[in-house]
Amino acid sequence: MTDATITPAETIPARRVNRWAILAGAATLFILGFLGWGLLNTNAPRPEPGSPAPGFEVQFFNGYEWESRPAAALEEMKGQVVVLNFWASWCIECRVEADLLENTWRAYEDQGVVFLGVAYIDVEPQSIAYMEEFNITYPNAPDLRSHISQDYKVTGVPETFFIGKDGLVKDIVIGPVSAQRLTSTIERLLAEDA
Amino acid sequence: MLKVIRHLPSLFVISPPRRQDRKGTSVCAFVVSRRLFWLVALLLLASVFALAAPAAQAQTDTSAITDDQVNEVARDLYCPVCESTPLDVCPTAACRDWREVIRTQLAEGRTKQEIMDYFAEQYGGRVLAEPPRSGFALIVWILPAAAVIGGGFLFARYLNGLRREENERTAETADAPLLPAEENEYMARVERELQEES
Repeated sequence: MTDATITPAETIPARRVNRWAILAGAATLFILGFLGWGLLNTNAPRPEPGSPAPGFEVQFFNGYEWESRPAAALEEMKGQVVVLNFWASWCIECRVEADLLENTWRAYEDQGVVFLGVAYIDVEPQSIAYMEEFNITYPNAPDLRSHISQDYKVTGVPETFFIGKDGLVKDIVIGPVSAQRLTSTIERLLAEDA
Repeated sequence: MLKVIRHLPSLFVISPPRRQDRKGTSVCAFVVSRRLFWLVALLLLASVFALAAPAAQAQTDTSAITDDQVNEVARDLYCPVCESTPLDVCPTAACRDWREVIRTQLAEGRTKQEIMDYFAEQYGGRVLAEPPRSGFALIVWILPAAAVIGGGFLFARYLNGLRREENERTAETADAPLLPAEENEYMARVERELQEES
């Protein structure tokens, strides 16, 4: 062979680092990351018993309050048992448990139990009419921008989350809650240490 | 009205006390004239109407708003309860309530955009058929266009690079002197073909 005639300059040139290729790679990674983040958020699981209850702040409906305040955060209720109930005025099943929730609230309101109703995808005048119809007195709030129901992965109403004194989700009831389940869970959570 | 103004002085004529209390002293009972009584009654009535007017307005008359007008707004909204079903054709009670809200707001004179903004504010951006063209959601609009433009630009550059590389290689091949072995083989082939032709 005539290897001697081939100079090093004639060999395959070292690949130049193409800055456009880096840019394209970075953009692709960014888009994939963005899509992945969206997918993760959409498919995030419902908070399971034992997991921390997602925090939120609520502005109560006119005439409703908690500890004489028109707004509250879940964080401030730590140390108390929280019964978080998602409902809607258009929900037929919610009507089944409405009286039970109100009566149980009246029985436990002085024992360190907070009932918190969150109106899910509801129209405010209808929500107020519903609460008046069932004479609901425990704190109730609209779910502004659907943040709370999204964080709790609510897919329908009614859904009830029992949150312990330690701020962890303890039990979840999908559909109307029964009197036995409601009182037994509250009693069990009241007996737990914070 | 002029008649009332002309009689105003006489309206405020206060009659002398006509009664005495049990001890016989006169009671300062201002007895107003009948005209004054009617004027006060008239004013009270007017103020009642003035107060009642906003309340009556609060109960907005929605009868002038047609279903088509409501659906014009509703078709660009999605109720999260019934995923993938536009609000104008969704049969659920929740969506019916929403359509009534649209009807009321249209009757109040709100524009389509204002109503859409209200729903996005109340229930989140996901209720909109199209993501809002502001804030973080703007990225959804920018990203595909940027990807197409950027991708096209990079692809054009890639093709350009390939073409240039090919041109350089062709030029190098044409300019490069044949190596002795290649030359011999080439000449042998030429001669062989010439002989075959002859």
